[in-house]
Amino acid sequence: MARRLPKKDVVIVGFGWTGSIMANELTDEGLEVIAIERGPWRDAPTDFPPTYMQDELRYRIRHELFLRPDQLTFTFRNKMDQTALPIRSWGAFMPPNGVGGGGVHWNAEMWRFLPSDFVVKTHLTERYGASFLPEDMTIQDWGITYDELEPFYDRFEYLCGTSGTAGNLRGQIMEGGNPFEGPRSRPYPTPAQAQPFSHTLFGKAARELGYKPFPQPSGNLSQAYTNPLGLKMGPCTYCGFCEWFGCSNYSKASPQTTILPYLVRKPNFTARDNSEVIKINVDKSGKRATGVTFVDTSGEVWEQPADLVILSAYTMFNVQLLLHSQIGRPYDPVANTGTVGRNYTHQTVSTVNGFFDPKKFNFNPFIASGSIGMCIDEFNGDNFDHGSHGFVGGGYMGQVQTGARPIESALVPPDTPKWGAAWKTAVKENYLSTVKPGTGVHGSFYAYRDIYLDLDPTYKDRFGRPLMRITMDLKENEIKQNKFLTDKFAEIIKAMGADKLAVQYRTGPYDITTYQTTHLNGGAVMGSDPTTSVINRYLQSWDVPNLFVLGASAFPQNPGYNPTLTVGALAFWAAAAIRNKYLKSPGRLVDA
Amino acid sequence: MKDNHSRFEICRRELLAGAAYFALGVSRSSATVIFDHLPWTPNAGDPPTAATPGPWLFFAGDEGKTVEALADRIIPPDPETPGGKESGSAVFIDRQLAGPYGRQDGLYVRPPFLKGAKNQGHQSEKGPAQEYREGLAALDKACKDQLGGKAFFELSDADKDRVLNGLESGDFKLDGVDGRAFFEQVVKDVQMGFFADPIYGGNRDMVAWKMIGYPGARYNYLDWVSRHNEKFPLPPVSMTGRAEWTTRTQR
Repeated sequence: MARRLPKKDVVIVGFGWTGSIMANELTDEGLEVIAIERGPWRDAPTDFPPTYMQDELRYRIRHELFLRPDQLTFTFRNKMDQTALPIRSWGAFMPPNGVGGGGVHWNAEMWRFLPSDFVVKTHLTERYGASFLPEDMTIQDWGITYDELEPFYDRFEYLCGTSGTAGNLRGQIMEGGNPFEGPRSRPYPTPAQAQPFSHTLFGKAARELGYKPFPQPSGNLSQAYTNPLGLKMGPCTYCGFCEWFGCSNYSKASPQTTILPYLVRKPNFTARDNSEVIKINVDKSGKRATGVTFVDTSGEVWEQPADLVILSAYTMFNVQLLLHSQIGRPYDPVANTGTVGRNYTHQTVSTVNGFFDPKKFNFNPFIASGSIGMCIDEFNGDNFDHGSHGFVGGGYMGQVQTGARPIESALVPPDTPKWGAAWKTAVKENYLSTVKPGTGVHGSFYAYRDIYLDLDPTYKDRFGRPLMRITMDLKENEIKQNKFLTDKFAEIIKAMGADKLAVQYRTGPYDITTYQTTHLNGGAVMGSDPTTSVINRYLQSWDVPNLFVLGASAFPQNPGYNPTLTVGALAFWAAAAIRNKYLKSPGRLVDA
Repeated sequence: MKDNHSRFEICRRELLAGAAYFALGVSRSSATVIFDHLPWTPNAGDPPTAATPGPWLFFAGDEGKTVEALADRIIPPDPETPGGKESGSAVFIDRQLAGPYGRQDGLYVRPPFLKGAKNQGHQSEKGPAQEYREGLAALDKACKDQLGGKAFFELSDADKDRVLNGLESGDFKLDGVDGRAFFEQVVKDVQMGFFADPIYGGNRDMVAWKMIGYPGARYNYLDWVSRHNEKFPLPPVSMTGRAEWTTRTQR
């Protein structure tokens, strides 16, 4: 039997970015809030101090800060007629674990989505006609507009101290920023980060080709900053250990640096770590959540009753908890019914590595931050006419190299042997003069009828529950999009002065073994129609109105940007709806 | 719906077994209730475990000699930079295979084990330790059978390279082992040991970092980010500092 804890006003499931934002907002309202996190508490001095954080083997290769697959994993197949097999060790993406979630190990790229991204179905249909879209593509509008979300983008940017150059200030296009971005109400809180050599060289080459390059907006700060909660962050030291690593220098925006020291002092807030929520409980009607059941690392089972349940785990775990808790109707791609698991997407990324003359170029590529880089946005979203190209969607591209940790960044030009004396010589000659942009092309991934999540019929987790099954492939639209973008990107790398290029297109079939990004989206999407969405425009469950589901699981499809700024903005947006609307009159905020 | 529901009810025995496993596997794993202040304590860090010097921990018989020979062909010594053997890549691999990596700790190793497409990932119950054991035995046997009774480490450098080229192309076959996949794994691991921090047994004296110009475990380049196309002047440091610093403190 589960031990029953005293009832709280709010229980928060998963204590990363969105859980921290929501906890801070709802404790401000005077509510008693508890946050429950599956993994351990993490902080810089204990878990990633500057004395040993720079450890590529431990943190990157052996996945120190991430979930262990034996604790929970997924099965994967490309097509519905295949047998899905378990992901036994992580590859294509890296699920986070622990307090701070993905906010600990992320690169801190702070992109806003385009205004047209939020109304993409309407926009593309009006511009190109409905027949321009592939028949099995299931993209849909978000039920929210850019203008509605703008104040919340602003709040998250100011919480994080974001470093960047505005491109569109209240409708006025600003020199040096991204001219394609939606209007922003204020400049970035801090100026853009300094750019290392190869990044500025990319900017110069792009400008000469007629593009408008700009510095990537960064949650690694260009200067010291005190955020609206009074928390202080230090300037980034460009150590090149952001991605996969925690920041030892209090320079990277994370729940640890921007929210938790303030939140934890509030008398109406409690957190529990090393405690995994295994079910959202509902009453007999099935329309009201009564709280959650969780198990701690000693095996003790607890019930935490609450009036309001906030599901704020990582995309995949949100969807999985809904399926295991039998909230909402599971998606059936054959009958085209149900919603939970529908419109699951990833990101279409690729890159081009450039090899330069070592006698002329020394990039010191180890000097970087996770969100350093010069980028262009000419080929994102619908910023260009797709009419002649036969695909929709797009992405940004840039020299966004986040460091040159040598296990993964000691590269050799194409046609060099993979071992032996010739390999050794080539590594030695090329390390300092190679441009390795990582995800240099960062493209959209639109939704399809037969790409989805459901429960696996065979494989089980450590509790005997079915694993969630991923059915995922790359479609012709995304492959064409990526070919077009990658070729444009290669032209810029070539124009930088590279002697040799290694062009790596994203092609099918979708491969679960090679890292792409951890930008998994959808499965519990937001929208204005309960037959095609799990949650309404306020991220409130259509079926269980005292349940809100935060995170990128809400994205109906994935635009060509990193998701976190939008994930955070939507959390502030949902919190405002709870504070201003729901608490005054608990119940459905939108009529179905 | 009701029947379906009972499928997800969790058996307490399974739950305890699952939870207890993780209590052993993850640091700072006991559940805590946090309120009022950050749960921070001084000196509570979790520094890396250094590879211990001394005899092989995993390799048995001639396995160590074979891996040293492989390491020295994958990264041959040259007048400026030692090869894979002298720089410690075989030590690195031995310590990795003897530890959590070799045992697949934390990976999903529940059955059934079905053969899938390559893009569905590794689907064998065997972990790296067992795959090395079998791969090295098969390499030894294939060399002895086909190259005049000599083990791999006894071959001339030219013959070793012929074997490795054959493994890479798939022409040199191993009995019961995918020779090409095994060789790819060895190349990856030897090079990983070469570039990882010396604390793990390879990259002795940071020879690989000196060779490529990587400054190692530094964390502040503020003064250097805007100095373009200039060579960074400082030598590398590892997580344990530099040899001369260590020597001084030991005196």
